[in-house]
Amino acid sequence: MWRYIGRKGFVYVLTFVVAVTVNWMIPRFMPGDPVRSMLSRASVSNPEALERMTNYYSEIFGLDTPLHQQYLSFWAGLFRGDLGISVLLYPEPVTDVIMRAIPYTLALLVPAIILSWIVGNRFGAFAARSKMLDNSLLPVGYILTATPYMWLALLMAWSLGIVAGIFPVAGGHGYSLRPDFTWEFISSLITHWVLPFFSMFVVALGGWAIGMRNMIIYELEADYSNYLQALGAPRRLIRRYAFRNAMLPQITGLAVQLGTIITGALLTEIVFNYPGLGTLMLDALDNRDFFLLQGIFLFVILGVLIANFIVDIIYVLIDPRTRVQMTGGSS
Amino acid sequence: MSNIPGATGVETGAAPEPIGGRKGSDTLHFARRNPKLIIGLGIVVAFLLLGIIGPFFIDHGPNQYIGPQSQKPSGEHWLGTTTFGQDIWAQFVYGVRATFLIGFFGGGVAFLLGTAIGFFAGYKGGLVDEVLNMLTNVVLVLPALVVLIIAVAYLDARGLFIQAVFIGLTTWPWAARAVRSQTLSLATREYVDLARLSGRRTWRIITTEVAPNMSSYLVMSFILLFGGAVLTAAGLDFIGLGPSDGVSLGLMLQNSVEWSALQLGMWWWFVPPGLAITTIVGAMYILNVGLDEVFNPKLREL
Repeated sequence: MWRYIGRKGFVYVLTFVVAVTVNWMIPRFMPGDPVRSMLSRASVSNPEALERMTNYYSEIFGLDTPLHQQYLSFWAGLFRGDLGISVLLYPEPVTDVIMRAIPYTLALLVPAIILSWIVGNRFGAFAARSKMLDNSLLPVGYILTATPYMWLALLMAWSLGIVAGIFPVAGGHGYSLRPDFTWEFISSLITHWVLPFFSMFVVALGGWAIGMRNMIIYELEADYSNYLQALGAPRRLIRRYAFRNAMLPQITGLAVQLGTIITGALLTEIVFNYPGLGTLMLDALDNRDFFLLQGIFLFVILGVLIANFIVDIIYVLIDPRTRVQMTGGSS
Repeated sequence: MSNIPGATGVETGAAPEPIGGRKGSDTLHFARRNPKLIIGLGIVVAFLLLGIIGPFFIDHGPNQYIGPQSQKPSGEHWLGTTTFGQDIWAQFVYGVRATFLIGFFGGGVAFLLGTAIGFFAGYKGGLVDEVLNMLTNVVLVLPALVVLIIAVAYLDARGLFIQAVFIGLTTWPWAARAVRSQTLSLATREYVDLARLSGRRTWRIITTEVAPNMSSYLVMSFILLFGGAVLTAAGLDFIGLGPSDGVSLGLMLQNSVEWSALQLGMWWWFVPPGLAITTIVGAMYILNVGLDEVFNPKLREL
């Protein structure tokens, strides 16, 4: 088991190194000059100020030192938790800006992922092998997976927010409220949370239902199912066995799908102007705040990796076979 | 040397011909009776035709300001106009074309990369497999859209093809994994061993012996990659990293949000582009299920 986790851990560390390297490389090797691009956005006309700002940014990027040294100092900065200063919200460090946005993103993501996974699996298992349901639910599932996250978010915001006027459609809480522990503020948080959460939940649901349905069909064709059926075991019992076996690939699927769902969260946030990482990312892009953009990138990658690792550990805990195999040493 | 591949080529070409023929008509027989396949294909082809032919019937550019502003759909402007007086139907038709282009090229690049790496890893095995598999896993974990945002943000001028290449470069791992596992099981078959003994080059064995035996699988992966590329491109466009001065369905969504179509209640601005993306990609997925049922006899009784 430890071998298995160690192996996985190695892949994740490697991924992190690659991600950081990509993050470091892009501004330096892409065509175009990031410093000038940032300055043109700031539209400074005073030549003296321009000169000073150019020097300042070049220094921060460390553009005047040799490449390998730039790379090492980039890592050093990373370990100090220093991702630079945000241009958008000038004197604030990028890390602080991101830390403020993260709770909102997590509050959307974690319930959306877990609930859609559970509900989707139930639906899929329910639909498999019953012709009527299968023929009606399956196309719905495929259409849901084909829906762009932002479009469903737009539809929900328009129908439930603007037309019906049930939920607010912008922001993370009422604009007139200050964050504190009053009932008014918390209820405002919740009403603002419902729509983005629900639209993400619905899009993610389809994929899980389809995956589960396909797995169940596969499991119901396996020998053990046929054998149970021949013994005259009740249908419910066979299905329960099939469901438990089909869970495992779905857990692996969870790890694979994480990236898609996270990007979905970023897009959904933009529609609702929800104060999480997605909206922050859009602001950073609009203002050419590359430090902030790179910081967000690192945090998202880090989040994906941590989540993947958690999924791996859950998988080992649930599936006894991995424990036996992996301690046996034949991976 | 050059004789042997030719000889075996003739042999494999001649011998299974009748079987191939019968199998072909068999497939066609099931294909014609599969509603999922027919409906999915019908929708995709309809949109494809709209994207190819539609723009020829529109005599003004999609971004031209031609009419009254903020008009509801009417006989004159089928899908209404934007707040600036652009014809949404014109944007829509050009957007559908762009969607197919990005799907085709983005999906194509991802397909070529993914299958090449998958074949190579699965066929060679050993250290090559280990390294390529590691690479696949690394890229698989990175969320494609986030990497794309970082990469594309630094480009000053963005075109559709650059976008397609970048999408291809980040979305291939899934296909590589699938192809690898298929190749692993095919690479140990006897006829592949035979081909190897005859001294053919690896690349020829893969293209003539391994790939044709999983052709249906490859077609289906391409369709999935196509749909994935369309969705990814829509996400990029929506963040404002779309083609610099082009038209696409994602850009239409972005513009509608940026100019608050939502608050103004201009549903005709943001409903059609999203609906088109959903319909095209959804139809492709359903078409894929249909293909699966046609090619896979096990699923036919369903």
